[in-house]
Amino acid sequence: MDLTLRVWRQSGPGDKGRFEEYPAKGIDEHMSFLEMLDIVNERLTLEGIEPIAFDHDCREGICGTCGVMVDGRPHGPWEGTATCQLHMRAYSDGDTITIEPWRAKGFPAIKDLVVDRRAFDRIIESGGFISVAAGSAPDANNTPIPQEAAEFAMDAAACIGCGACVAACPNGAAQLFVAAKYSHLSLLPQGQPERWTRAESMVDTMELYFGSCSNHGECEAACPKNISLDFIALLNRDYLRSKWRNRRLAGQKG
Amino acid sequence: MTTTRPTVKRRRLWFLEFYRSAVGKKWVMAVTGIILIGYLLAHMVGNLKMYLGPESINAYGESLRDLGGHLVPRTHLLWIMRIGLVAATALHLHAAITLTFLNWRSRPARYDERHYAAANYASRTMIYGGVIVAAFVVFHLMDLTWGSGGAEFARGLPYENIVHSFERLPVALFYIVANLLLGVHLYHGAWSMFQSIGLNHPRFNQWRRWFAYGIAAVITIGNVSFPIAVQAGIVHLG
Amino acid sequence: MQLDAKIPAGPIQDKWSNYRFDLKLVAPHNRRKFEVIVVGTGLAGAAAAATMGAAGYHVKAFTYHDSTRRAHSIAAQGGINAAKDYHGEGDSIYRLFYDTVKGGDYRSREANVYRLAEVSNAIIDQCVAQGVPFAREYGGLLHNRSFGGAQVSRTFYARGQTGQQLLLGSYQALAKEVGAGTVELHTHAEMLDLVVVDGRAAGIVVRDMETGEIRTHSAHAVILATGGYSNAYYLSTNAMACNGTAAWRAHRKGALFANPSFTQIHPTCIPASDESQSKLTLMSESLRNDGRIWVSKAAGDGRAPGDIPEDERDYYLERRYPAFGNLTPRDVASRAAKVVVDEGKGVGPLRNGVYLDFAEAIGRLGKDVIEARYGNLFEMYERITGDDPYRTPMRIYPAPHYTMGGLWVDYDLMSTIPGLFVAGEANFSDHGANRLGASALMQGLADGYFVLPYTVAGYLAGMLGERPVPTDHPEFEKAAAETRDRLARLLATNGSRTVDWFHRELGKIMIEHCGMARSEEGLRRALAEIPPLREEFHRDVRVLGDNESLNQSLEKAGRVVDFFELAELMCRDALYREESCGGHFRVEHQTPEGEALRNDEDFSHVAAWGWEGEGAEPSLTKEELEFEYVELAQRSYK
Repeated sequence: MDLTLRVWRQSGPGDKGRFEEYPAKGIDEHMSFLEMLDIVNERLTLEGIEPIAFDHDCREGICGTCGVMVDGRPHGPWEGTATCQLHMRAYSDGDTITIEPWRAKGFPAIKDLVVDRRAFDRIIESGGFISVAAGSAPDANNTPIPQEAAEFAMDAAACIGCGACVAACPNGAAQLFVAAKYSHLSLLPQGQPERWTRAESMVDTMELYFGSCSNHGECEAACPKNISLDFIALLNRDYLRSKWRNRRLAGQKG
Repeated sequence: MTTTRPTVKRRRLWFLEFYRSAVGKKWVMAVTGIILIGYLLAHMVGNLKMYLGPESINAYGESLRDLGGHLVPRTHLLWIMRIGLVAATALHLHAAITLTFLNWRSRPARYDERHYAAANYASRTMIYGGVIVAAFVVFHLMDLTWGSGGAEFARGLPYENIVHSFERLPVALFYIVANLLLGVHLYHGAWSMFQSIGLNHPRFNQWRRWFAYGIAAVITIGNVSFPIAVQAGIVHLG
Repeated sequence: MQLDAKIPAGPIQDKWSNYRFDLKLVAPHNRRKFEVIVVGTGLAGAAAAATMGAAGYHVKAFTYHDSTRRAHSIAAQGGINAAKDYHGEGDSIYRLFYDTVKGGDYRSREANVYRLAEVSNAIIDQCVAQGVPFAREYGGLLHNRSFGGAQVSRTFYARGQTGQQLLLGSYQALAKEVGAGTVELHTHAEMLDLVVVDGRAAGIVVRDMETGEIRTHSAHAVILATGGYSNAYYLSTNAMACNGTAAWRAHRKGALFANPSFTQIHPTCIPASDESQSKLTLMSESLRNDGRIWVSKAAGDGRAPGDIPEDERDYYLERRYPAFGNLTPRDVASRAAKVVVDEGKGVGPLRNGVYLDFAEAIGRLGKDVIEARYGNLFEMYERITGDDPYRTPMRIYPAPHYTMGGLWVDYDLMSTIPGLFVAGEANFSDHGANRLGASALMQGLADGYFVLPYTVAGYLAGMLGERPVPTDHPEFEKAAAETRDRLARLLATNGSRTVDWFHRELGKIMIEHCGMARSEEGLRRALAEIPPLREEFHRDVRVLGDNESLNQSLEKAGRVVDFFELAELMCRDALYREESCGGHFRVEHQTPEGEALRNDEDFSHVAAWGWEGEGAEPSLTKEELEFEYVELAQRSYK
């Protein structure tokens, strides 16, 4: 099939950026979306035009590196699918595809479709972990975890950190990303000792970079791993509790 | 071995600290939203008394001033409620406006093309609908509480004041439009507040949406019925 | 050169604990005086950086990704082995050790493998404490499944995303240290050279991928945890950016490269669909627990799978290897698939796959159970191919996946350059000629959490009072200048072909001649074809853009340059090794039934190659392998 791409080109952080149109001819429906971009890039190179910079790596939908706005939808039209797993079956001959980078204050532009998502790491660094020095852990089966609880934590832990939630949010908020990591750790018994400091520091760090959540639900719809808004509710609840809880009693139940 | 613990410096009273954060402001919006919804519901239900005739609603208006019976001086409880209501409204507005500016700053560039999958008209117009409703409330208070709305007004006679006011077609239309916007606002707000305060349980999650539908529908239908009833002559003087 | 693996004396069960006792320590107050560079932040690198940072060393970590959470460890699906024996199946450290040496076709070092098995249990404890949500039974205890090459269930897993969850665990541990300031993290920073001063690793040359700036960093020790080189084949299951540059640059600076021809072709990947294919997607080996592999008995059978009756199907793994059946080790399963496809029995539009069929398992266990076990893998398969594996069998075919070869290291995981340590897939150490499923994650974390922190300390202890070599030392300036020149040359060539074109051509040569089956003739042909292609690359490659901003073509061009040289060494090693073992199958050396035929007499050694300069033949140094505990036998999975 023959397609037309409208692609955002921006030479660097200081550039204003603009759309350029490129033909994508002879595209096979079995190709992935990124393979289509590879082909366009090879042709651009041969024509003497600098290829389009886009982030990608594992191409299996797990590393979270890829991610662009395709026709106004983060990661494109397929639900629960990262850009690299989108295949050209989704398109037909003659289509025009608009490709834009993630746009948010928390994700400054680097080049073309590549943006800087390191703010996510700053949030994790502020509390998205369980402190345990290598070699100091008790036997893995010392603390049984009900299967349902482990599965629920895993639902949250499935986040790939791609940033689609921020890209999708009309407010440029990162609530779903933060809630996913927060919930993953705080739903497990191992995550309890640091639970309240984690809630406080992750939210406070998040707010240095990102907007606020107004419960549009766009993030959930855009998430390639279908992470639920329920985790945002948990984060919000725990944030208040983190402010007033007497942490000297945190070893107690309740 | 370096042991580190994520620490957040506390600079103020815990509640102010909490309110400084966006999540805290959303909490405040949700809690004040609940107060305002409660008020709206009571206000609408009280006003239904106009269908029972002037005596009924005028007596109701009078009894509001008598709230608390002989335990508190007359109108004091009403004033406490009014102050609470004004405070809730002010906080709701302050949080909304600061968050909106924050959100605009957080998304400085627009997409050339954007198809929303979950966000709806209600969720995306909260601030606009909210501001219009707030402006309407000011007019509404001038019109029916302070008597400076231009229509014939007599303190203590709400039935007559309502009829005089709503007999004017532009006022009736403004009232209807504002209440429809309020309905849209409530449709998102009454659901959103559960998320903001973290009320979330698999057993009742599906009911949160229905609750929002219900609240928005009941308040809007009730409120919109009043100007229609006046215009249609169902509620009239004498 | 004489290779000293520094294997400790004494019974194998005591080697590591005695050795650890003998290692010198660095007292806590002295640790901050030592600087350690860690390149690569996958499982091994992040674990090492986090652990050493927490211990108090001044750690500088480098990754070419934007975030350390992107490393390709994240894509491992199936699981991680440990000898916990939580299910009373008679598993033990010794059995895990034994299985791994056997699985590696007796080409690994016993002492290293035993240590790996020994620390495997601590890895699981560590990960659970970090919050890795491993699969659990209803009683809340950890669940296990079985994997290829083992007759016990010793594999811990988190859905089909075990690598992701383990990487996030070490990423979070590293993030904590970055937040605490004990680890200085450099992202979008690609190591382009190693600096050696007075015979010791003194630092690295790094390119800032956003500004193009070439910077040098020095330290007391350098740890490379930069992964494998499967992308020498162009099409592999590795992520697009995986490359051999860091290891190769170290090799050029004097580190020996061991067993480069030991590569693993993973049996269960989705076959390529056309020429534009950019990578191959792996379907977890765990699928072989319930899926049955078959082809039609007739070559060229054009019928749909559902139309082929049971008695006309050839379940060739079950037929050839009744004891292990569909769970034979990877090398065996891959070769068996190649045999049937070469016989013309391949399935799918390009006849380049075999069926992996779940019909029987769905009938026996129900769709729900299968969905719970493999749901996300089935979805992924459907997204890529458009076929629903609940209804039609999957099509799979082997693809390059992992490289057992790598920089030679001793028991300390130190290369032949003092002060240069190598961990994870980048070293050659633990998997011999074939890696068992769920052992890569185990090795990466073992190296990072439980080996390097001790052995690097042992090395550093001898340097107390010494400062790192300053980066204005002439060697640093020379290395930086050479790197700038190399990049400038690539940008100046402005030829007529893209980097990808050259990479694809190299890949075709490699998969054809140095893939699942290798012959002297083919390898000689590859060795004749690669140098002219490399020269053509230098003459005719086109890299647009500049060095001063993000330039993905330039990054890739630099990596492909090194793949050319590495590929040549892979072929040379494959040609040298006149035997078949594990993933290395020389058609000249097979049993009458077509099984790999080892030559223990002449090749029971590690072949470690030294760089002798461009165009010069590499030198060969051997490390003889001694087997005191495991009895060498022909591997039999019948």
